[in-house]
This record gives sequence, C-alpha cells and structure tokens, in this order.
Amino acid sequence: MAKKEKREKRPMPPVGAWGPAVALGWFIPGGGHFLLGKRVRAALLFFAVTCMFLLGLMMRGAMFTPQSGDILTIAINYGGFLGNLASGSLYLLTNWLGYNQPDVAGHVHDYGTKFLVTAGLLNILAMVDVFEIAAGRKS
Amino acid sequence: MPRMILSHFEAALLFALFTSIVLGVVTHNTDRERLRYGLYVFGCFLATLFGLSWLMYFGHG
Repeated sequence: MAKKEKREKRPMPPVGAWGPAVALGWFIPGGGHFLLGKRVRAALLFFAVTCMFLLGLMMRGAMFTPQSGDILTIAINYGGFLGNLASGSLYLLTNWLGYNQPDVAGHVHDYGTKFLVTAGLLNILAMVDVFEIAAGRKS
Repeated sequence: MPRMILSHFEAALLFALFTSIVLGVVTHNTDRERLRYGLYVFGCFLATLFGLSWLMYFGHG
C-alpha cells in the first residue's frame, strides 16, 4: 500500500525531457533509445520491430483502417489501426508506397496481419521504456 | 517485396523470437537480467507452443 502511494506521488517530468526521445522512438523503432545513448538496446529494438513488420508485409498481412459498425467491429478496427500506426515510419512508408492488401482467408495472411499489429504494439512498449529512461525512473 | 509462405510453427517461432527480444530489452535494469528474462519469455513461448499443439492434436483425436 505504501509502495503504491509512493509510486503515485512521483512528479511528471517536463515534456522537453522525454518528448523528443519518445517521438523519435515512435517514428524510428529504437530511435528513442539511440537518442538516449542506449545503442545496443536501440539496435535490438530496431532489428526486432522492423523484422516483425517486414515479415508481416512478406506474409501479405492486411492493414487495419478505422471502421464504424457494431462495438466489436469498432474495437477490432480502431485497435488494429492504432497498432499499425504505432510502427511509425514503417507504417507511413508502407502506406505511402501504396501497400493495400485485402483481408483474405488463410493462415499465412492471418499471421501477417498479426505480425504487422504486434510490431506496432512492441514499439509502444519500447516508447514506454524510453519514457522511463528519459524520466530517470530506469537506467 | 518477396512473398513468404511459412508454416504455423515457423510463424509462431519467429513471433516468439522477436517478441522475446523486445520484452527482454524493455524490462529489468541490468543486461544480465534482460538476457535472462528474454530467454525465459522465449522458453515460455516455446512451451506454450508445443503444449497447445499437443493439446490440439489429442483434442482432434
């Protein structure tokens, strides 16, 4: 209980301390760690997230787009879209180059779609780590 | 972009590998702890993969 209260009282660091690193971490996976001088971790994150995303593309996974409808459709499509968007430049570049794979049946396409979303979700974890390092909460 | 056709096992193995790398990197405070946690997570993924595979095999009869 005391530990929980202590954790809640930690002041929010100024945006200038963590904002640029988190933004760079979103745009280029591992970029935030690189900016903070964590080169090996940056390289590992860049390798893992980029490989995950590229494998998703090579398996012809589908990208999510926001769609309205019933609550499940909204949750899946908006959630998937946010997951795709979290890959940063990888997603933007892919869209810009015209990648447009329809959602078709088959386990390979299905894995591809999951790889594309998971790459973004892993990048969100990396961004949270960058925030904690920049805020001095972690080494 | 070349097209890639993977089996369930290959795709799940690659998924486990890259996810374990990221989970290992973003947790804990020392490199040794990160490496151990990454290997632990990868082991958990593999155990789950094989466990669920056998479960489905026996479930289908």
